Amino acid sequence: MALLVDKLRPRSLEALTYHPELSDRLQSLAQSGDFPHLLVYGPSGAGKKTRIIATLKELYGSGVEKIKIDARVFQTTSNRKLEFNIVSSVYHLEITPADVGNYDRVVIQELLKEVAQTQQVDLSAKQRFKVVVINEADHLTRDAQAALRRTMEKYSPNLRLILLANSTSNIIAPIRSRTLLVRVAAPTENDICAALRIAAKKEGWTEADGLNKRIAKESGRNLRRALLMFESIYAQNEKVTDSTPIPPPDWEALISITAAEIIKDRSPAQLLQVRARLYDLLTHCIPPTTILKTLTFMLVSQVDDVLKPDVIKWSAFYEHRIKLGSKVIFHLEAFVAKFMRIYESWTMGMDFE
Amino acid sequence: MASTFFNNKARAAAVAASSSSKTKASDSKEDTTRLQPWVEKYRPKTLDDVAAQDHTTKVLQRTLQASNLPHMLFYGPPGTGKTSTILALAKSLFGPALYRSRILELNASDERGIGIVREKVKNFARAQLSQPTGLDAAYRAQYPCPPFKIIILDEADSMTQDAQAALRRTMEQYSRITRFCLVCNYVTRIIEPLASRCSKFRFKSLDNAAAGERVAEIARAEGLKLDDGVVDTLIRCGEGDLRRAITYLQSAARLVGAARAGAKDADDDAEMTDAGNSAVGLITVRTIEEIAGVIPEGILDNLVQAMQPKASGSAYEAVSKVVTDLVADGWSATQLVSQLYRRVVFNEAIPDIQKNKIVMVFSELDRRLVDGADEHLSVLDLALRIANILRG
Repeated sequence: MALLVDKLRPRSLEALTYHPELSDRLQSLAQSGDFPHLLVYGPSGAGKKTRIIATLKELYGSGVEKIKIDARVFQTTSNRKLEFNIVSSVYHLEITPADVGNYDRVVIQELLKEVAQTQQVDLSAKQRFKVVVINEADHLTRDAQAALRRTMEKYSPNLRLILLANSTSNIIAPIRSRTLLVRVAAPTENDICAALRIAAKKEGWTEADGLNKRIAKESGRNLRRALLMFESIYAQNEKVTDSTPIPPPDWEALISITAAEIIKDRSPAQLLQVRARLYDLLTHCIPPTTILKTLTFMLVSQVDDVLKPDVIKWSAFYEHRIKLGSKVIFHLEAFVAKFMRIYESWTMGMDFE
Repeated sequence: MASTFFNNKARAAAVAASSSSKTKASDSKEDTTRLQPWVEKYRPKTLDDVAAQDHTTKVLQRTLQASNLPHMLFYGPPGTGKTSTILALAKSLFGPALYRSRILELNASDERGIGIVREKVKNFARAQLSQPTGLDAAYRAQYPCPPFKIIILDEADSMTQDAQAALRRTMEQYSRITRFCLVCNYVTRIIEPLASRCSKFRFKSLDNAAAGERVAEIARAEGLKLDDGVVDTLIRCGEGDLRRAITYLQSAARLVGAARAGAKDADDDAEMTDAGNSAVGLITVRTIEEIAGVIPEGILDNLVQAMQPKASGSAYEAVSKVVTDLVADGWSATQLVSQLYRRVVFNEAIPDIQKNKIVMVFSELDRRLVDGADEHLSVLDLALRIANILRG
């Protein structure tokens, strides 16, 4: 049985529940025949992918839903072999070039050229061009983006690109100026409540408005997360009411315990224990940025107002370091140590600097 | 040839005649030009069309008449017409028949390491001129066809030092039959020996009036309806880059134009469609800002308001709420930083000492964002630090 997130994913632009003006716009673009390159950005769980798939369906009809997965092998200039997965239908390709790390340029160049140089054979196809969806475009290296630049202009009759990104900060300006920027904002809490209500109705579950509201709040305006939480609550409880507790994910529970411990006791021994927990989280593949952010916001909510800006400052500082450095545990631990120090100096009322 | 070459008037008349005949031909190609980026479609065809670079174009006009061209180095900020100028010059020199054989254009997306300079560029440079055959007198009257080739190296500042060094001798050796034109943004990235072999042309940033005129002209040619202030917004969002402004305009036209086509399909009643046209086909300031990713002033107002010092307690709660919403709405952090920066720096109410400190914070944050740091934390940090500085 599929998860709710997949089962209830809207398949067409009409079925989307929020951002109606955006859906209208995408629809008119798809129908106009002059479809531009798109750069779709917004936070995760806002529905970027759903909108794109719906747009593709609008462009080509239901043929895009028949997808298959190919494993392709690319060869770099240094003769290294790269395995790369491509999700494709007759009309479109979907790739995540960030999978191959630094070699993304090779994949982009070879694959896109290949697609661009082949014409659409199917005469009954609605559009002459093929669409290539590039996931996580903000993780592309500069080289790969520079390679895209010329390809986008040169092969525009046969190829349209849709780039998906969380933010436009890491996309180079020439690409930004060649694409139509489409911002997908996260759904508001009311939007999420509405979506949950529809889900409950479709599944035939009892409705609990109070619970929906709480889920919407907890999810941080992330619809995917809200739906997962929603489903797990209904799976775990026989009878769901407004006051049913929302169980946090395991990793979040662990971080909240850690945060409480850090506040309670600030000592080298404690630091050692925290370190073990951080390692535990990292080995379970929780991204370091997520760990740091969650920990920061949990700590911030428990300290005095005077300290808050300082905690954020150091959190941002060490998050930057995580991105630059190679060993994340150092920076996570350094942040915890720094926090202990700030907190200690505040409780004792003196400055250690 | 020489006599016709100096006969500027006859040539201008011939150009005018040919362009009018061309417009007829281009009607059939309507469909292909519709899909063309407007930046290409409205690229200036002659030197006179180049917007607002009077000094440069005047000098070039003169060299055009003198049938001799020095090596050239064009530099200036993006979107000021460097590439357009050289292409227009090349076209008016050689015309369509000779253009392919006399011009070699290389830009940053082509492989341009030292190997290519040694092979491709050198081979092209030393090839003897092919005598144009089958050109009638009219063609010669229209285009001067001087006896040399032009190699255009676009975005030359991204060439490696070695590749540039390899050009040095090539430029001199074949100067009898080949002219180079280097186009770049930063003249300092061109090595001195190359720069000293060229006559330099600086392209200044377009002034708003000239750029605005050009944008308005394109809008007229495409039959777009613009709201008041749209042109100004385009120029402002483009930041002196005409290409960007034109691209934004085209995206906006696609959005509203597409909506209009959809309305027509849905609606058979002629009167109704007309009413729909005037409502939907209008490009508003907001459309442009949305395409350019500009954050609405209201949201910035909220943030600035939240950062103001409070009588009691810290600004944390207010700031964090605004920032969380900003991030959830998907606004780009770099855009936020640049817009906020403009707000703070041009705010007379903030004392200079505080501005000093704030600018330092901005510089650090910009670096972090480029390094790929988390946007939420970074922006929150920025806002809190500014709030802290504002408190004094």
